[in-house]
Amino acid sequence: MDSLLGISSTMLYTAFILYLIATFFFGATVKENKKKTKKGLSGKIGITLTIIGFLAQIVYFITRWMASGHAPVSNLFEFMTFFGMGLVFAFIIIYFIYKLNILGLFALPIAIIVIAYASIFPTEIAPLVPSLQSHWLYIHVTTVSLGEAILSISFVAGLIYLIRQVDQTVRSKRTTWLEIVLFALLIFVGFSIISTVFNLSGYSAEFEYSFNGQTTTTDYHLPPIAGPNQGELLTGDRMEPLFDVPGWMQGVDAARKFNTLIWSVLTGIVIYGLIRLILRKRIGAAIQPVLKKASPDMLDEISYRAVAIGFPVFTLGGLIFASIWAQAAWDRFWGWDPKEVWALVTWFFYAAFLHLRLSRGWHGERSAWLAVGGFAIIMFNLIAVNLILAGLHSYA
Amino acid sequence: MNEIKCECGHVNPEGTVLCEACGKPVEENQHIDGNDKRKLLNMRYDGSARRSQTYNKSIVDKTWNFFSSVKVGVWLIVLALIASGIGTIFPQEQYIPEAATSRDPSIYYEAQYGILGQIYYQLGFHNLYSSWWYMLLIALIGISLVICSIDRFVPLYKALKRQRPRRHTQFLKRQRLFSETDDVTDDEKEKMVSRLKKSRYKVYEEKGHIMAEKGRFSRWGPYVNHIGLIIVLIAALLRMTPFMYMDEYVWVREGEQTVIPGTDGEYHIKNKKFILETYDEDDKRFKEAITQEGMVEKNFQTNAVIYKETGEKIAGAEPELKKVKEEKIQMNHPLKFDGYTIYQSGYQQNEFNSMTFKIHKTNDPDEASLGSFEINLSNPKDTYKLNNGFSVTVSQYYPDYEMEEGEPRSKTNYPRNPAFVFSVNPPDNEESEMSFVGIGKNVDATGENDYKLGIENFEMRYASGLSVKRDYTIPLFIIGAAIFMIGVIQGMYWHHRRIWLHPKNGGMLLAGHTNKNWFGLKRDIEHIIEDTNVKMVKDQQEIE
Repeated sequence: MDSLLGISSTMLYTAFILYLIATFFFGATVKENKKKTKKGLSGKIGITLTIIGFLAQIVYFITRWMASGHAPVSNLFEFMTFFGMGLVFAFIIIYFIYKLNILGLFALPIAIIVIAYASIFPTEIAPLVPSLQSHWLYIHVTTVSLGEAILSISFVAGLIYLIRQVDQTVRSKRTTWLEIVLFALLIFVGFSIISTVFNLSGYSAEFEYSFNGQTTTTDYHLPPIAGPNQGELLTGDRMEPLFDVPGWMQGVDAARKFNTLIWSVLTGIVIYGLIRLILRKRIGAAIQPVLKKASPDMLDEISYRAVAIGFPVFTLGGLIFASIWAQAAWDRFWGWDPKEVWALVTWFFYAAFLHLRLSRGWHGERSAWLAVGGFAIIMFNLIAVNLILAGLHSYA
Repeated sequence: MNEIKCECGHVNPEGTVLCEACGKPVEENQHIDGNDKRKLLNMRYDGSARRSQTYNKSIVDKTWNFFSSVKVGVWLIVLALIASGIGTIFPQEQYIPEAATSRDPSIYYEAQYGILGQIYYQLGFHNLYSSWWYMLLIALIGISLVICSIDRFVPLYKALKRQRPRRHTQFLKRQRLFSETDDVTDDEKEKMVSRLKKSRYKVYEEKGHIMAEKGRFSRWGPYVNHIGLIIVLIAALLRMTPFMYMDEYVWVREGEQTVIPGTDGEYHIKNKKFILETYDEDDKRFKEAITQEGMVEKNFQTNAVIYKETGEKIAGAEPELKKVKEEKIQMNHPLKFDGYTIYQSGYQQNEFNSMTFKIHKTNDPDEASLGSFEINLSNPKDTYKLNNGFSVTVSQYYPDYEMEEGEPRSKTNYPRNPAFVFSVNPPDNEESEMSFVGIGKNVDATGENDYKLGIENFEMRYASGLSVKRDYTIPLFIIGAAIFMIGVIQGMYWHHRRIWLHPKNGGMLLAGHTNKNWFGLKRDIEHIIEDTNVKMVKDQQEIE
């Protein structure tokens, strides 16, 4: 059992490293064609490494499944990791349709960020509560996350489109928004880095506070900037929180999560600041020259195509399979639980996207912004709904 | 009717933008699809005459045009999207936690979320998804779906059916993919045609003009999926009627039998046993997680028997019952019988099944038992005779004891907090003594009792919460969802591609159109013109 788990985590780690190396090879393709020598070699190595990495991650998935006895998609760590795997899989599909190397340079880092983010959450194998004990667990979760992963490729293509197309000679609303999008990605990086640092140092501070009329404790693994509302620090020689969270923040462990968010944003700001300091221009402006070779038409097409492919998969997994399972487990196929509502919001959003593509003027840049918005909704549903909004799906 | 006769001889209905047969732009109608301002033709609906673009006089026209607009449709979707999101800011009424101090929404929202919560409640957002305006929004989307689809499907269907292989040169030149080659031999043309056929294009010919077409059925995808959605919406509407959808909840205590609500008293259910299992802490796999997160429930289960009443109903008489089914009900494994489904949906363990009392001497510090007796709390006896000659009479029984205004009483009839007034009769006919015993209470009325009663043991019992449903709309939902999936796959995973070969003075005009995936169409064209003189098409799309 332990050996299986050992293999499993080694394989996940291997996949992570391989994706990282593959990114560099995809990065090398940017310069390659200018010289016209050994055309496409870097790209080939890149995609090969990606596929090997993907296979390694499949081994992770299968061995973890064997070790736990259930499909490893039952908590936030497992689910986000699977989503990362889905991203890579969706990228591989789209890569073989369009053979666009630049896509790898962006898709893989996003998969890497997602996996790094996932690994911060508890990785122990948790037993399944009765409602999760169903074959629909893996049918529903795998389909929905594959659908979301394909839709995310639309975001990747859209993001490349925007970095390529947005005029960087002057500062404008568009350049600012683009920087905000890039900064948002850095917040995830910041979260992974800061959590790892304090986890390694073994930081812990315990608080006692009152929640729903009962006294509970919560264990901070990051120094408390925001403490629980009227909480009391139990661990000695730790810093007192700078302020208490307001009383209306009432989710489970809301204060600790809010504190983590503050730290992530702060670290994100530091990383962003450092990058700006080194580059001495907007990140978008720095990347833009690299993308000159990519055809905007092609990027627009990929962005649309990814939605066209992903939308049916998402509908099947996120609405239909979800309903079938909810009917068996919770006696109703639809119950307006926040996760369900946000799946519907996602569905509405991409339905609107597809309809807007019918009209002129919504191709190209506007469509790319929409793809960014869609990804924001997906991430909100994956992360925020679990962590912030209480509901039947909050399993982390 | 102002029909439009094209120079090719075809008669088009009023409002046509591109001749159905040859594609020649109908001059006076170019503004409809915005073709007058652009080089490329708008091919979205093949320039067919849509009612919404043709008539704008009567109130019917105006309503029709409003709902058939994609813009309006998108706005409705966006509004529904925003409204749905708002409904998740604070929990909906049905999700107010059990543990909340007050579950009354008029108190809960303000108490929990302050002024924002109060506004949320007063705007009715705590019941957003069943509010009239949310339902109206969804209904409007439904109307828009129907009208949009009819407005476009009929003319598009006709236009694609009536199209001829021979197209007007203006039509071809204003396609997104177009090329003109001066010299093309018959051999080359033959080669192209045979390659088109090999690539599974349907090839039509008219006087040397070729049209190759593939995947036209994917154009119907959107209309098919809209039909699916309409069926789902109709199902949702029907579900509001009690005949189509029945939803009840029943608590059944272990060992008890009760009528299943919603079945007109026809069926009874017996809870033979309720089982609650948790994961073994020593399970190697889950040890770490359980130490961190605490006990995890593994299974709730009711071993149930369903009975059906048979024979005539006679008031007051016990009904005759016939066993229908004996099965365990678990989460994810509901029990089904005669159109009803019973789901394991909750449990409570706040009632006592039995209690065992012992008698000891008041002045015995060891409280050595002089004898004990067990009381079945749902059905206590009047007197309990003990082996050693004692007898205990139950003078008063309060299943759910509380004090109200100095008087003891029972809050409910369920043994949640049982208390007794016993009269203890020692052997050898000593005088009987009264004592009051409950949980954490043991009162000696006179203060002179020689014997005392103590609770030695007790057993709790579970009540199983079962939800009972009968839902005739489910098949309709399934059909709707299936049709939707078929339609959306049909529309998204196939593409409607057309390639036109137009001979002209020994040369050839080549044009192509697809509803999506232009990259794929270009690849097809590249393939068919391989080793020929024919020029590759140019992508004339204007960057906007």
